[in-house]
Amino acid sequence: MSNITRRHFLTITAGTAAASMVSFPFIAAAAKKQVLVIGGGSGGAIAAKYLRMADPTIEVTIIEQNKHYYSCFMSNEVLSGERTIESIKFGYDGLSKYGIKMAYGRALAIDPDTKKVRLEDGRRLAYDRLILSPGVDFKWDAIDGYDESVIEKIPHAWKAGQQTVILRKQLEAMKDGGTVIISAPPKPFRCPPGPYERASQIAHYLKHHKPKSKVLILDANQAFSKQALFTQGWEKLYGYGTDNSLIEWIPSDQGGKVVSVDADEMTVYAGEFEDEHTADVINVIPPHRAAKIAVETGLTNESGWCPVNEKTFESSLQKDIYVIGDACTTKMPKSAYAANSQAKVCAEAIVADMQGREMAVPSYLNTCYSIVGEDFGISVAAIYHLEDGKIAPIKGSGGVSPLDASAENRKNEVIYAHGWFENITHEMFK
Amino acid sequence: MRSRIVRYVFLAMAGLSFPVGATDVNTAMLVNTCVGCHGPNGSSLGPATPTIAGMSKYAFIKAMQEGKSNQRPMTTIMGRIARGYTDEQIEMMADYFSKQEFVRYPQQFDAKKVKHGAHLHNEYCESCHRYEGRKDEHDSGILAGQWMPYLKISLSEFMTTDRPSPTKMTKRMEYMVKFHGEESLDDLVHFYGSQQ
Repeated sequence: MSNITRRHFLTITAGTAAASMVSFPFIAAAAKKQVLVIGGGSGGAIAAKYLRMADPTIEVTIIEQNKHYYSCFMSNEVLSGERTIESIKFGYDGLSKYGIKMAYGRALAIDPDTKKVRLEDGRRLAYDRLILSPGVDFKWDAIDGYDESVIEKIPHAWKAGQQTVILRKQLEAMKDGGTVIISAPPKPFRCPPGPYERASQIAHYLKHHKPKSKVLILDANQAFSKQALFTQGWEKLYGYGTDNSLIEWIPSDQGGKVVSVDADEMTVYAGEFEDEHTADVINVIPPHRAAKIAVETGLTNESGWCPVNEKTFESSLQKDIYVIGDACTTKMPKSAYAANSQAKVCAEAIVADMQGREMAVPSYLNTCYSIVGEDFGISVAAIYHLEDGKIAPIKGSGGVSPLDASAENRKNEVIYAHGWFENITHEMFK
Repeated sequence: MRSRIVRYVFLAMAGLSFPVGATDVNTAMLVNTCVGCHGPNGSSLGPATPTIAGMSKYAFIKAMQEGKSNQRPMTTIMGRIARGYTDEQIEMMADYFSKQEFVRYPQQFDAKKVKHGAHLHNEYCESCHRYEGRKDEHDSGILAGQWMPYLKISLSEFMTTDRPSPTKMTKRMEYMVKFHGEESLDDLVHFYGSQQ
């Protein structure tokens, strides 16, 4: 932890430290093993649950700033109108039956030396082990003219909820013949196929409601996840490659990288020559880094992400703090299922350590579906093991849906995508 | 293929013994990768991802081995996933899921189709899929309460592709469709899906 961060922590904790000790005597007593989890998403909720299922003598508390969770996965279907925002909304009540405690509030600072987390409301919670599953934050200074002050007008919609609703309403209000811009961030970012699934789902909506309109993807990258499959789906469903295509994709070497945004003029400037693009709806997904609390606790390296022991997910930089999900950096993608899988490995590592036994041989999995449009689903899977201390995909396994799959298979992948959603959210919240 | 599978099952039964009531940590680690999609202890919440709880070891291993070797053409993601696990790991998973209870969830069905499906089941399927398809005593998988879209995909796969199936089953299905029409497959789906 850097001096500045530590000082920051001390400054904000000093005032209420004494009061907190009185308010939370059970924490001061710390008779039981305490694990705190920051972030109740696809990593944190699962880690908490698996810790409790493996060893009910461990006290587990999730620190979560929102009373409700809106899943990013399937939120693109909200944009197309295929599902409601309510269908991706979840509460944490179901976790109480596992004996998981919820501490609603924003975690402001972590002191790795005294092993305490300070919340915005002044509470201080002590831990024996801390799991950080805080997700991503955006680099608000990366694109000129695009910061938190304009997200009502130009939503990122990359953290689901109100932002998703804003973007959906803008699409509904748009005239036929309008242009929607999606600015895709440079890798690595949360949900690698997400921007392209989003373009697909918006095109699906436009096709049926505003067919003279267009989605323009301005991409900071040269290539993208499941690209050949998306391209095939776009050709089949949205006339991709023709003059009347509902989707146009501009890679970075053709001026795709957005450098500035003028919210008043609804204009973005992209590429080395700052080509001007005006649109009716603009969705800027800003470049990512690990969530602020991870940065301020000194858990990130020069990449902006958190390096970890890939067997246990303990931070390489701070003892007894574990980082899972989007914030950590491994060979696995920043996806919900990856976070789910990492959470289970991490929980086993902590339980094994607390019980003084050898941990199980870690096994990791990622599965991820994208719904390109009507009866057109595609997927990617990867199975990983530990190889020389690093997470490595198992050779000969995994990969994306075959390019020559039958129409029947593409259709089946849509219903399996919905099965994936039902089961992963059940595991998180029920 | 069959002898290979039989050997795996035999090895699994002879070689692995875990304390009763507790799942060893390495098995838990493996099956934890499955349940995010296939539901708690392998009982899926639907709407299509199949429940794998209660499958016999043989049926589980056969499904995974057929997935590995691309013998099930309508399998979407599972072939790619099955190839990530060793034969020994698949045995461990099979052992675990065979001991889990198949939890059934209500599904929407058509009562008329269910009635017709029940007759068809008794005539064509019951001799192997005993007890209305509720048990897996003949290593045939559990049909009763399985998710209907999955049943539909599977029946279609048996009918239209070369997914491996017992000769007797292929013949019976062909007879059934010949005498009762394509919709008889759907009747069976509704019959199995209706069961609690």
